[in-house]
Amino acid sequence: MREVNVSEVTEAVKKLCMDANYYLPEDVYNALQEAVQKERSPVGRFVLEQILRNADIAREEQVPICQDCGLAVIFMEIGQDVKFVGGDLKEAIYEGVRQGYKEGYLRKSTCHPFTRANVGDNTPPVVHYDIVPGDKVRIVLAPKGGGSENMSRVMMLKPADGLEGVKDYVVQRCSECGGNPCPPVIVGVGVGGTFERSAFLAKKALLRPLGRPNPDLELAAAEQEMLERINKLGMGPMGWGGTVYALAVHFEMEPCHIASLPCAVNINCHAARHKEVTI
Amino acid sequence: MAEDYIRLTTPLSDEDVERLKIGDRVLLNGVIYTGRDAAHKRMVEALDKGEDLPFDVRGQVIYFVGPTPAKPGKPIGSAGPTTSYRMDPYSPKLIALGLKGMIGKGGRSQEVIDACVKYKCVYFGAIGGAGALLAKQIKKAEVIAYEDLGPEAVRRLEVEDFPVIVVNDVYGNDLEKEGRNQYEVKE
Repeated sequence: MREVNVSEVTEAVKKLCMDANYYLPEDVYNALQEAVQKERSPVGRFVLEQILRNADIAREEQVPICQDCGLAVIFMEIGQDVKFVGGDLKEAIYEGVRQGYKEGYLRKSTCHPFTRANVGDNTPPVVHYDIVPGDKVRIVLAPKGGGSENMSRVMMLKPADGLEGVKDYVVQRCSECGGNPCPPVIVGVGVGGTFERSAFLAKKALLRPLGRPNPDLELAAAEQEMLERINKLGMGPMGWGGTVYALAVHFEMEPCHIASLPCAVNINCHAARHKEVTI
Repeated sequence: MAEDYIRLTTPLSDEDVERLKIGDRVLLNGVIYTGRDAAHKRMVEALDKGEDLPFDVRGQVIYFVGPTPAKPGKPIGSAGPTTSYRMDPYSPKLIALGLKGMIGKGGRSQEVIDACVKYKCVYFGAIGGAGALLAKQIKKAEVIAYEDLGPEAVRRLEVEDFPVIVVNDVYGNDLEKEGRNQYEVKE
């Protein structure tokens, strides 16, 4: 067993909160640059250029890309040969979020669902734990903004709807979103498992590097078709008209129940922030 | 800045908003106020109880934003727009009282669009997710009400050449609809 002190996890999470909010991933930046070339609307091109400038400012000045610094969504891949010492792992993760959001001048966005009173330290984060072979701990942190999360849906399709039904549902969902989720967006599609598993797959799909299609050729073709259909809707950057509404569609799939066809659509704004570290 | 901008200074008059059409790029100057979900709820509750609002909305512009905390030496943190439809249940009441502008992102309800026509108010869009860039046009910020709401408190901002685009004008036009019609590729 390899011992990992939970204080290392706190430090790592704290840094990830700040870095993820200040530095737009390179693949997203590159995709936005390509979008400037593809966009036909002058207003759309202006929006994309401003988004790129914004990312430059955030990086240079180490300020948040977006004022919505999100709920911290954390994927913990824990090697089965790791033994955590020095305290409670969950509390260590929470403490990292607390410190990162405070010291990084990040906005705290968690609140009571009904009174709407702000929790004040951006806890709790949403933590997904996975046990994997090995003796390492991989932490991926993705701040998720409310605007695009609000536009996400899970639909329990009928098996008879098939792949065509999935594609139609995803395109329809985007069509209904308009400018709300801060387009150009990344569309995560999760099909399979149960109700909550499909949503998890859709979220995971958002973390895949842009420009890397699903290795399954049929799914890769579906991604491409959905992307083209979404962009043909004409909604464009910020929904003000144009030819680039989505930068990518990422489709993840797993087996499901013989009675079901769960289909989740998780939408990410252009500030598709995520950072990772391995301890 | 490009030359095709219209410069406006708050407070705005009926004449100011009447000359604006969807797609116009505007640079706002002067004082604007912030308010998002929780602040709107409180303001409308105050009105229902016959109480005063934290500021006189006549001629003013409300920016739907919840900024990040200011780093030392800066007036404000990142400060881009939040999604506007969540303010749709509240906006018509403020528009009827003489509010002249709102800044946010995303579309508005028919009720808001109708109120904009009836009472002459404009809905501006700012670029969502460009909070670091937009913050540079905010020169001063102070909390004037509902401090307990944290990022959602009502702030008085002084802005210089704050860039927005007209999404809904006083003539009932809608940039989201028009823009989409222009670029939609029909099969």
